[in-house]
Amino acid sequence: VAGEERRGRDRETEEKMLSAVGVQPAWATPAKAQVPEWMSEEHDMGTSIMAVAFEGGVVVGADSRTTTGSYIANRVSDKLTPVHDRIYCCRSGSAADTQAVSDIVKYYLNAHAMELGEAPRVATAASLFRDLCYNNKNSLQASIIVGGWDAQQGGQVFCIPLGGSLVRQPFAVGGSGSTYIYGYCDSQFKEGMSKEECLKFVRNALSLAMARDGSSGGVIRTCVIDKDGVTREMICGDELPRHYEG
Amino acid sequence: LPSRVSREQARGEEMYAPQPSYPYHHPSLREQSYGHKVQQPSTRTTQPIVTGTSVLGIKYAGGVMIAADTLGSYGSLARFRDITRIIPVGKHTVIGVGGDYSDFQSLERIFEDLVDSDDNLADGGDRSPQEIHSFITRVMYNRRNKFDPLWNSLVVGGYKNGESFLGFVDLLGTSFTDDTLASGYGSYIARPLLRNAYKPDLTEAEARKTLEDAMRVLFYRDARALNRIQIASIGAEGGIKVSEPFSLETEWRQGE
Repeated sequence: VAGEERRGRDRETEEKMLSAVGVQPAWATPAKAQVPEWMSEEHDMGTSIMAVAFEGGVVVGADSRTTTGSYIANRVSDKLTPVHDRIYCCRSGSAADTQAVSDIVKYYLNAHAMELGEAPRVATAASLFRDLCYNNKNSLQASIIVGGWDAQQGGQVFCIPLGGSLVRQPFAVGGSGSTYIYGYCDSQFKEGMSKEECLKFVRNALSLAMARDGSSGGVIRTCVIDKDGVTREMICGDELPRHYEG
Repeated sequence: LPSRVSREQARGEEMYAPQPSYPYHHPSLREQSYGHKVQQPSTRTTQPIVTGTSVLGIKYAGGVMIAADTLGSYGSLARFRDITRIIPVGKHTVIGVGGDYSDFQSLERIFEDLVDSDDNLADGGDRSPQEIHSFITRVMYNRRNKFDPLWNSLVVGGYKNGESFLGFVDLLGTSFTDDTLASGYGSYIARPLLRNAYKPDLTEAEARKTLEDAMRVLFYRDARALNRIQIASIGAEGGIKVSEPFSLETEWRQGE
C-alpha cells in the first residue's frame, strides 16, 4: 500500500480497510510463524575473529561459517575484508550490517587516500568504522576488528565492539567464539612476537574457538599485512591444529 | 559521512497518525516525502554496552583528587583492561567518567571541541571548573530531554583561583556539588568512607590514601571493578597530574 493512500490513517482503520478486501496487514502475522527459522532468521556471523600486531605488521584471522539460525548458510565465507591495500577488517555480528559498513568505509577511505596522496592510516580507517557504528548504534549489530599496517605507526589493531567505542590493543579477539579463548590468549600472548609466532598464535586460538563454538567453524583464513603487501592463507577444516577433543 | 537512518526508514515502513497521547511537535517527528508530519517511535534511549564502573572524588586542602579504575566491562566480561576513564579538560579541570564507553569517547570529542573553540577565540578566556560542570550539565540534560542520553555519570574536579571544585553530572542531567563524590557502586560503598575521612584541612597524601583505600574496598565488593587504578589530582601547586595506572595491594588472609 503506497504512502499516499495511507495518509493520516491509524492501524485500526488500516486493518479494517484491508480486511474488507480480504488482505492481512503485514504486522498481523509475524513472518516467523509462517516460515521455518532457517528461512527467516537474519544471516548472522557467529564467528571467531582475531588480529595480532607485531613489529612490522599485523596478522588477521577468522573462521568461515555464516549461519541462519542453526543452518550453515555459507561454510567457506570470507570474513577478512580489505578496506585498503594494507588495512583489513574482521567482521562479526550481522553479515548484512558489516558488509554494508565495510563497503561504506572502503568508499570513503579510497576517496580520502586520493586526497591525501598517500596510503591512509589504520587509525583513520578505524575511526571511520567507529563513527558509523556509534552514530547508528541502534540499527546495527556489528562488532569489528581493524588490523593494518601504515608507515607512521607500523602494525596496529583496533577493536570496535557493539555500541561503537574504539579501543587500540596489541591483539584483539571477537565474535561469539572469542569467549572460549580469552583465557588461552591471555596465557599465550607475549609482547614482541615475530610474524611466525603471531601466525601460530592466531591459528591455535581460532582452532580452539572453532572447536567449542557451534557458530564458528570451517576453514581458518589468515592475512599477514606488512609493508610489502598482504599474504593470504587458508587452512582447511581437516588440517586445523588439533587439541584435546573429548 | 552518511547521517543517521533508522531501521524503519531503511525498510520503507509506513508511519501512522499520532496517537492521542503523543504530542504533535515531538523532536522525533520527521517530515515524510509527501509533506505530512507523522509520528516515529523514538529510536534512542539505548543500553550501555562497554561500561566503566565507579569514579571517586575528594577535595583536600589546596586541591581536588579523582580516582577510577582502568576497566571497560562488556557485561560481565572484563574486556578492555587498559582504558583511561579520566581526562583533563582545559587547564583547571579533570573529569572522571563512568558508564558507556562509546558515549565517553563522544564526550571526549565534545570537551576537545569546547577547549579548541576557546583557544581559537584567543581572547584570554579561561574556563573555570564551575563553567565546565555547568556546560556538561546542559549537554546531559538536553540529551535526556530528547530521549537520547549519553549514558554516563561524571565526576568533575577542578582548582582555580584558590578554590577547589567537585561536581557530579549523570545521564539524567542530575547535577550537584559536594566535598566528596562518587558514581556507580562507589556512591553506596565508597562515599560513606570518603565522608568519614574528609576534613577541610585534609592533606594531599591523606586524600590519596583515602581514595586508594576506598578503591580497594570497591575492588573487594564490586564484581565489575579492576585492581588497576589511576588517580588524578589538580591543585595549588599547578598543573593537572594524571598518574600512570597502578595496582593496589589487597588483603586475603581473612579467607583462612
